[in-house]
Amino acid sequence: MNYVVGLDVGTRMTRALLLDLHGRVQARCQRETGARLETAAQAVLDELLQQQELKAEDIAYIASTGYGRYRVPFRQTQITEMTCHAVGALWLFAGTRTVLDIGAMNSRALRVAESGRVVAFRMNDRCASGAGRFLERVARSLEVELEQIGELSLRSQDPQPISSICAVLAESEVINHVTAGKAVEDILRGAHNSIAERLVALVRQVGAQPEITLTGGVTKNAGMVRALEERLGVRLNVSVHSEYAGALGAALLARQRWQRLQNSTGSAPQRQAAARNPGTLEAKEESHGHRDDAGRGCCVECLGGHGSCHSAVGARPGPPTDSVSQIGGKGKAGG
Amino acid sequence: MLVAGVDVGSTTTKATLLDENKRIRARSLVDTGANVVRAAERAFREALRQAGLEEWDVNFTVGTGYGRYRVPFGDLQVTEISCHAKGACFLFPDTHTILDMGGQDTKAIRVSERAEVKDFAMNDKCAAGTGRFLVAAAQVLGLELEELGTVSAQAKKPLKITNVCTVFVEQEIVMHLARGCRVEDVLAGVHSAIAGRSIALLRRVGLEEEITFTGGVARNVGMVRALEERLKLKLNVSPESQHIGAIGAALFAWERAAHGEAGKQRNAVGPEAAAP
Repeated sequence: MNYVVGLDVGTRMTRALLLDLHGRVQARCQRETGARLETAAQAVLDELLQQQELKAEDIAYIASTGYGRYRVPFRQTQITEMTCHAVGALWLFAGTRTVLDIGAMNSRALRVAESGRVVAFRMNDRCASGAGRFLERVARSLEVELEQIGELSLRSQDPQPISSICAVLAESEVINHVTAGKAVEDILRGAHNSIAERLVALVRQVGAQPEITLTGGVTKNAGMVRALEERLGVRLNVSVHSEYAGALGAALLARQRWQRLQNSTGSAPQRQAAARNPGTLEAKEESHGHRDDAGRGCCVECLGGHGSCHSAVGARPGPPTDSVSQIGGKGKAGG
Repeated sequence: MLVAGVDVGSTTTKATLLDENKRIRARSLVDTGANVVRAAERAFREALRQAGLEEWDVNFTVGTGYGRYRVPFGDLQVTEISCHAKGACFLFPDTHTILDMGGQDTKAIRVSERAEVKDFAMNDKCAAGTGRFLVAAAQVLGLELEELGTVSAQAKKPLKITNVCTVFVEQEIVMHLARGCRVEDVLAGVHSAIAGRSIALLRRVGLEEEITFTGGVARNVGMVRALEERLKLKLNVSPESQHIGAIGAALFAWERAAHGEAGKQRNAVGPEAAAP
């Protein structure tokens, strides 16, 4: 029982991250979610265990997040992706005040207070404009691998505008540019710029404050990071764990919850300490019950009246240093 | 006298030839593809071939559709809104409202007794509630576009599709299928969702009977039924629904030609001109 797992079942990718009880990242893996969420969740967990030669009994606690968080049968708890991304981002970059999570279907902007509390939140919940799927569709119509589009877009000399914000209608614009003989990298840069505009608007709605930390799968795309930095006029925090920020946040909260459970069954002083620690975020979330089947969280509607229910995790997240370097070195510092 | 209407749409390009009695002499349909100019020429030549005529037999040509300015042989360009109004009122003279569902946009048009456009509304921001929405659904469900209507008609318990965005709906369909829902029930839900969007558009221009349903999607029986169920009235649907824009364009050409105007094809060197 020396490990905890955070599992982020997203619309495109399912990610799992294994943390030891000291808060160090031990392993991580991802796979495409597909239509069978339970299967994807089980598969990433099995892969983690296999990587580390662990057994299911070695895992003390599993927290799930993402839109499919209720479809993970072996979870001990589920936490909204908003909370997890905030916790994950703060752990990676302690100076984070704004988090921009760019997912395949949904993008979210969060502003967090120094205490770690989420004080403002916005997401694109009506349509896929400003989300990763827009880029996926553009890449497909240009017949370019998704992994290459960021680098290609950076080579652009003459960006071509994409005026439609609809991911479907933008495809027609892309085809028109191709027909007109425009270069692939110029069309790609136009697509990146178009999404960046939408995302910057989202970030401004929550009142962007530095430092800004990017999370979600699109953070691997250097072209997207550049397009955002140009518009926001600041460097953005990106780390090797940014795409796993949701799973990381879930794992950190799983660890916190596990330790509290241990404390409450431990010695008297430990129990008192646990009692002094006010009820944590996920516990409160479970109680007020604003959420839907699709798992889009209890968030938007809570902002008005229930803002306080997202008051965050008690302990300030630990420093990222040695634990981040466990896998592939530290991310670049922002600021 | 012979006149032509060419409707260059986002998905297909249509050409129609009318004679002096406004009878349809030929009509053709080709995929627009990436080269709009070539699509317009292909459709035009195909119609001429069907009629056994040559381009110099055509007195006047009107282009319409989003690619109308790319029809090199066109003598005049008319918006697709006017052409759909013209064509729909020609086939169904009592038409007052038109719903045109094309590959990429949906338009609601209100017309006067004299087939003049009074008001119109269209989806300009996104692809929700258009033919593209159905194309996306067909892809996810692994069906041909032509089958959608008949399959959805077999639905027993139509599902409610809650999303509006085409991209989100694709995901929603995948989830419904993963839960074991039947394809026809999902599809009926998709049709119903599009019908809801279209009716909202119709209400923006003011719903007045009779309503004529035009554009490629009007061939889909499932869509016709979903609209009729929600509107609780019958729609005018012609077997020529996909060609109504081109017919309207040809009617505008007919009016010009009847006033003695001659287009550039007519003035070009034909057999008559060559032998004075």
